Amino acid sequence: MSDAKVISMDGDRPRTPGARSVLLGADRASGERARRRRRTTPLLSGPPAEIERIGDESPPVEPVEPVVAPIKRVASAAKKSPAKKSPAKQSSAKKAAAGGASADQAAAKQAADGRRPPKRTATKRVSTKRVSASPIHPVAPADPTEPAEPAEPTDPMEPVEPVQNVEPPEPAEPIGPAFESLVPPVDEPVPTGGRHSIAKALVAQAGEALLDALVSRARPADLEAKVAAVLTFLGRRLTGEYELDDFGFDAEFAEAVPLLLLRPLYRHWFRVEVRGIENLPRTGGALIVANHSGAIPIDALMASVAVHEEHPEHRFLRTLGADLVFQTPFLAGLARRSGATLASNPDAERLLSDGHLVGVWPEGFKGIGKPFTERYKLQRFGRGGFVSAALRTGTPIIPCSIVGAEETYPIIGNVPSLARLLGLPYLPITPFFPLLGPLGAIPLPSKWLIEFGTPVVTHDYEPGAAEDPMLVFDLTDQIRQSIQQTLYSLLVQRRSIFF
Amino acid sequence: MGRVVLVTGVSRYLGGRFAKVLSADPEVERVIGVDVIPPAHDIGSTGFVRADIRNPVIGRIIEHAGVDTVVHMSVIATPMGAGGRVSMKEINVIGTMQLLAACQRSPSLRRLVVKSTSAVYGSSPRDPALFSEDLVGKVPPRSGWGKDSVEVEGYVRGFSRRRPDVDVVTLRLANLVGPGIRTPMTDYFGLPVIPTVLGFDPRLQFLHEDDSLNALRLATLRDVSGVVNVAGDGVISLGQAARFAGRPTVPVPPVLGTVVRTLYRGAGLTDFSREQIRYLSYGRGLDTTRMRAVLGLTPKFSTREAFLDFVRTRRLGGPLSPEVIRGLEERLGGLIGASPVGAGPATAPTDGLPSSWEGRD
Repeated sequence: MSDAKVISMDGDRPRTPGARSVLLGADRASGERARRRRRTTPLLSGPPAEIERIGDESPPVEPVEPVVAPIKRVASAAKKSPAKKSPAKQSSAKKAAAGGASADQAAAKQAADGRRPPKRTATKRVSTKRVSASPIHPVAPADPTEPAEPAEPTDPMEPVEPVQNVEPPEPAEPIGPAFESLVPPVDEPVPTGGRHSIAKALVAQAGEALLDALVSRARPADLEAKVAAVLTFLGRRLTGEYELDDFGFDAEFAEAVPLLLLRPLYRHWFRVEVRGIENLPRTGGALIVANHSGAIPIDALMASVAVHEEHPEHRFLRTLGADLVFQTPFLAGLARRSGATLASNPDAERLLSDGHLVGVWPEGFKGIGKPFTERYKLQRFGRGGFVSAALRTGTPIIPCSIVGAEETYPIIGNVPSLARLLGLPYLPITPFFPLLGPLGAIPLPSKWLIEFGTPVVTHDYEPGAAEDPMLVFDLTDQIRQSIQQTLYSLLVQRRSIFF
Repeated sequence: MGRVVLVTGVSRYLGGRFAKVLSADPEVERVIGVDVIPPAHDIGSTGFVRADIRNPVIGRIIEHAGVDTVVHMSVIATPMGAGGRVSMKEINVIGTMQLLAACQRSPSLRRLVVKSTSAVYGSSPRDPALFSEDLVGKVPPRSGWGKDSVEVEGYVRGFSRRRPDVDVVTLRLANLVGPGIRTPMTDYFGLPVIPTVLGFDPRLQFLHEDDSLNALRLATLRDVSGVVNVAGDGVISLGQAARFAGRPTVPVPPVLGTVVRTLYRGAGLTDFSREQIRYLSYGRGLDTTRMRAVLGLTPKFSTREAFLDFVRTRRLGGPLSPEVIRGLEERLGGLIGASPVGAGPATAPTDGLPSSWEGRD
């Protein structure tokens, strides 16, 4: 290990305790020991990638290093400590005021700094990518150097640290053998990593892109191919050589633009966990019915990404949208190109009988416009039009429960008069929205869970079933109930709103 | 037994071509063409009668000639060609009423074919992606050709109630394009700079004029009745169409619509009706299931092919036509040194892009 690394860590030091204290404070405020629960809740996607990454990252660090580095750090930090005390305090206070974001960023920077060296080679890049896909359990890459902190006697922020460190490394944790041998028992990497996972992942993403650029500069053939691909795409846009289906859906565009842009949001911002993807058919039509929430329909976007990303066939979800979407300039074309069409029975039935996966949010504006106090309480499910569409086409209905969207924009108020003036169904006020202006339009990074339930089969009803209102109401209720139940169970499983 | 067919509007482009096609058909004994002015083009062996359908004389023609099929093609779309909107409305609506009145009196009549338009559905953001014949648009057209057509269809429905023994076929044709036809849409794509509605890229559907003739022929000779949508397969977006035509587009914010409209009308280029602007905002699509099942028509040209044929035969290739762009792309690719893949859209159109984008994961 080089001296440069140690020095850089020293440079970052003042920020770390501040970030930590903020997070700890948040933890206490919420009265929740997220870490403890995390240990008990098994993870879905994390472990395998983690093992690999740890295995990847450890070799550069020699077994002696963790011991050596802390000593160096302690020594250097101790030297500087009188000067550093107050800045640390100040910065931490500031950060507390500004919210956790900046703290996260700072921490993420550090994490990224620690991470950069092993990323330089092409082979390691693969492994880091895989980790960013499973951000729940990330282990801080700078782990081997972390142990220094608890031992730091001069920093007033530190006394809180031992509380965290009391927890021994979890035996159930899938920690690679190489790692275990490296890390002394005092180390407490998991919480740090977990806390900072979002920001870290974001920075990792940016770093990845940068690295991509660097690597491709090193390999001109790669860059050429990329440029050529983009050129071809643009050329095809300019010559009009792309295909639209009858609904205006453009698969090439959908894959290249909206899905590409939404993927980072899906992976790293909301860290969407998908369950029950096997309930979606590999081929043929199915109607996915989901709950709606969160002021603007990000849940529909995330569900589309989830289906495309997680489904083995990478199917597209054809969403049904309100007419407001199709009368709004720019949004109209974008929505149609990305696979949306008007929520109407003719369109739904046509899509289903053509064998598409169709997504519908029957609560509509009642669902996304409801106040935060009514979160996760399903509203009326339209008039059951979606059930009759499924009955007429004999396609299964798949209930889908989305947890997390409610917290992206907690609606605490509504301005109906202004909304009417603007021709909108509601005008939400969130804790940040009109207050912080455009900044308030950034969704809060809540933790999302999407569960696709067991399909409700509709093809064994007699042909005229869609004309039987009682049956339609019954089925509507049944599906609504099933989504509501799943929502409750998912809420219990979710460790906290943001993690 | 030979059929005696009366065709209205033969002096117009499509009417004339249809009369010619029909007069060459062995199943048809005689074709009588009616219009107010003599046809300027060849209408084959069609017997031309100069008459105004707004005049009761049409009834006597039907009676004397023993007409068993009337093909009504005299609903016109271009107010600039007809001498203004008032006269256009007169020809379309009053003419149809007179013609139907004459038809109702005729004991020999067995079949009525009306050429209508998909504009009767209107265009709105609350409409389904594709209209089947039984659907009604949420916002029906309120002016111009579309409104005339809605009224004409209304009278035709009234006629079919009063004469249940007559088979009535109403063909709702998508926008016609082709080497010769002139409609507001063909004028529009002939503009040097195509104004579009800012923020909208609607789906358009076209029908090649040859396919429309085929549809009219089948509707005249086959045993069909009812309303049938006729359109080429698939849709293209307005942006695509403009690219194919090689014309630059200028997005116009809706508030400036009137200004642009006045500009273009003042220059004598084209006139945008309010319905056309709606269509250029929200687009429209037709479900052509009945066209295949009932009419038995399989269009030779898809929407895209029809439009490309239109661009080719009219030599519309503007400054931004695909060939030019492709040339530029090649040159650019050559500059960067990425020519192996970027060279021709033919070499890597399908797999070049997706693989590299997906490859990120």
